[in-house]
Amino acid sequence: MARGKDKKKRKLEKKQEGDDVPKKVPHTLESLREKDETMLVNVDEEEQLEAQKDMELDELSSYYENSYEPKVLITYSDNPHTKTRVFGKELTRMIPNSISRYRQRSSVKRIVQSSIREQVTDVIIINENQKQPNGFLLIHLPNGPTAHFRLSSCKITPELQKDYKEITTHRPEVILNNFSTRLGLTVGRMLGALFHYEPQFRGRRAVTFHNQRDYIFFRHHRYEFTQDGKRAKLRELGPRFTLKLISLQQGTFDSKRGDYEWIIAGRRHQMETSRRKFFL
Amino acid sequence: MQHDDVVWAIINKTHCSHKVTTKTQHFCRNEFNLTGLCSRASCPLANSKYATIREENGIIYLYMKTAERVMFPAKQWEKVKLSRNFEKAIYQINENLLYWPAFIKAKCKQRFVKITQYLIRMRKLKLRRVKELVPIQRKIERRERRREEKALVAARIDNAIEKQLLDRLKKGTYNDIYNFPQMAFDAALKAEEISSESEKEDEEEEEEIEREMEPELERELERTVEQTDEFVEADSDMDTDEESDSGKKEDAYVASDFESETSDIEDIAKKTAQKKKPRVEIEYETEPIASLSRKKIKH
Repeated sequence: MARGKDKKKRKLEKKQEGDDVPKKVPHTLESLREKDETMLVNVDEEEQLEAQKDMELDELSSYYENSYEPKVLITYSDNPHTKTRVFGKELTRMIPNSISRYRQRSSVKRIVQSSIREQVTDVIIINENQKQPNGFLLIHLPNGPTAHFRLSSCKITPELQKDYKEITTHRPEVILNNFSTRLGLTVGRMLGALFHYEPQFRGRRAVTFHNQRDYIFFRHHRYEFTQDGKRAKLRELGPRFTLKLISLQQGTFDSKRGDYEWIIAGRRHQMETSRRKFFL
Repeated sequence: MQHDDVVWAIINKTHCSHKVTTKTQHFCRNEFNLTGLCSRASCPLANSKYATIREENGIIYLYMKTAERVMFPAKQWEKVKLSRNFEKAIYQINENLLYWPAFIKAKCKQRFVKITQYLIRMRKLKLRRVKELVPIQRKIERRERRREEKALVAARIDNAIEKQLLDRLKKGTYNDIYNFPQMAFDAALKAEEISSESEKEDEEEEEEIEREMEPELERELERTVEQTDEFVEADSDMDTDEESDSGKKEDAYVASDFESETSDIEDIAKKTAQKKKPRVEIEYETEPIASLSRKKIKH
């Protein structure tokens, strides 16, 4: 009751103030975000240049120089169930030049070795728990980095009532949104490096990795610009899923002696100091 | 010396420290027991002639004892190392237990098979990769799920994607693929403004400028015509286009057809213009574009 009265009062006040008072912008987690030292927005040119140089030196730079065509291997945990298998299949449809193989109980390190031999550039391993895909390990070859994501709210095309036949074989364009910190950029670059550097725009397929509050939302659309070229219509093709970074490791996968660039597990209380702190 | 029956009577009737009684069966915990059951035939204490198979650090031995050895408890058991080769080991058992009771022979072989199998299994387990089970913390998981939902709402993904795509369109990432008459019209308007300004500024150079402008404009228009052609081609290439949700496809065709008509006019204009003075030519060129845009708005 009291709240309702308050509301009325506020409304009255608003009326009295009139329309000329500028509308207040509500606070959001994004606007109140604690600044990260490595954020690249609003920094001076020198630092930006430095970051650029830094990026030119990392393991992924060769992709961004368009020096090779990515080749992706997708595999699973042992005995994947239907949903995980279908999910992997759909990933192969989305990512050009990718193959899906069953793991046959081999270890990650062996997979990495043989993939390097086969000149695969990226390996994706999908983990599964209770018939739901729940882990996404992305290894860039031949020498890292390795990113481990938590995979959640995965929806495959049948669940979205979509038909996989709508997905054409054109190479999609990649949209990486909102990756702002140095870590975020690395992750974004890793995800971008799965796709061919030269998209076929005629296919009008867009693959989006949108980062919001450390959750990376994946969407897959076909778009069409309206007649006047002022709007774009989107049609989702599926699948969709959400990633959340658990760890980023230098080099290829090594759970025992690996050198972790960033890891949340185990140090959660030290790192999650605030609800408004985001890492990507 | 050895009174097997007496020993068995004591074990069976009174007490044996190796005996374990359950509701249904009696078991024996003596490490030399061949079967693990407490019975007259398989009791290592109540049998002066006895044999068993044991495994020590992955090596399988055949243990035998006879009545003559019972005097020396330290030397009570004769130990024979069995070969790693299965067939050879069976042969060894056969040789050593020649003329022994059939029960002991059969049970020894059985036990030998069992031990070799579990050794193989152990080896396999050791060689296979080690999997680690990671507990999922329920509360953290729940919190992350909730935050994900909220982040998804805050993300407004579709808007963000659309914005990005339009940005790319503006930047010219899709350089030749799309041709939007409205945009072309705006661009042409700008060009027109510039040219008109220059006309005002220096009338003396007017003719020269016009001469310069003409070929450029011509080229532009030609390019647009080409683009429309390409656009149509692309459409016909795509099989999935027919299924596209927006029913604007026909409109697009109309537009392209219309464009091609104008291009015809353009051609005529060009031909006529080549004979006439350059000034007249410009008027011809701007008009069809304007009419086109008007039609667009009607749509």
